[in-house]
Amino acid sequence: MQKWIGFLSGSLFGAGLFVSGMTDTTKVQGWLDVFGDWDPTLAFVMGGAILPMAIAWQISRRMRHPYAGQAFPAASGQVDRKLIIGSVLFGIGWGLVGLCPGPAVASISYGGMGGAVFLIAMLIGMRVAPLVRSGLDRFVAAE
Amino acid sequence: MDIDWIYGLIGGALIGTGGAVYLLGNGRIMGASGIIGGVVDGSGRSNMAERVLFLAGMVLVPLLLSFTVQRPDTHVTSNVWALVAAGLLVGVGTRIANGCTSGHGVCGISRLSLRGIVATVFYILAGGLSIVFFRHILGWI
Repeated sequence: MQKWIGFLSGSLFGAGLFVSGMTDTTKVQGWLDVFGDWDPTLAFVMGGAILPMAIAWQISRRMRHPYAGQAFPAASGQVDRKLIIGSVLFGIGWGLVGLCPGPAVASISYGGMGGAVFLIAMLIGMRVAPLVRSGLDRFVAAE
Repeated sequence: MDIDWIYGLIGGALIGTGGAVYLLGNGRIMGASGIIGGVVDGSGRSNMAERVLFLAGMVLVPLLLSFTVQRPDTHVTSNVWALVAAGLLVGVGTRIANGCTSGHGVCGISRLSLRGIVATVFYILAGGLSIVFFRHILGWI
């Protein structure tokens, strides 16, 4: 059951990224580029996505457990250096090309060579991230 | 931009509904970087089939829509160095931060998670500065 819920959820996610135009890098870069020809679309996408999700969080409080799962996610943890450093690195890459992980995967069938090169580099980045993370931990611990 | 905001709103609602299904169905946070990263680094071994099917839906639906509705243009740069650098930064960064636009942005902000809000503020600021630097100062993109 969990597998098919995953499939349904991924399908809705993919459909939403397609319909919203978020796989178009000019729209994403256009939103980030407040000093250029600013494109507000991304704000509508975020707003449109946050609303049903906020309702879902409220509903989850009234359920003992998820429909097909054991438990709901734990409360989110503390803000730490890794959160900030990671988000800054991610943001630099996001602005540079205009792709984040969701749209990079969703657009792979029509993103051409550029999309494929980005996706492969991203997967390599994710593969080596645990090493970078433990390096950061050691660096922080040594301070 | 004409009516793009309506598509943005409808697409956003679909994304949020996907997140709602994942949370209420499986008790999981729909974060693209977490779902992909768990497959790539092996940390998601316990629910690999769920992750792979999630990603299959995420690829298949846009594929079908691109043939039936319209074939969109991603307007992605052809600069290989920019693509490689950005891909590595996005891959490493989202995994160190434990989330991206979907996990921290959509799912985190909607539960008023401080981590989600702080992460979103930082990646948007970094993204904005990145555009200023690479587009307006260097003129590369």
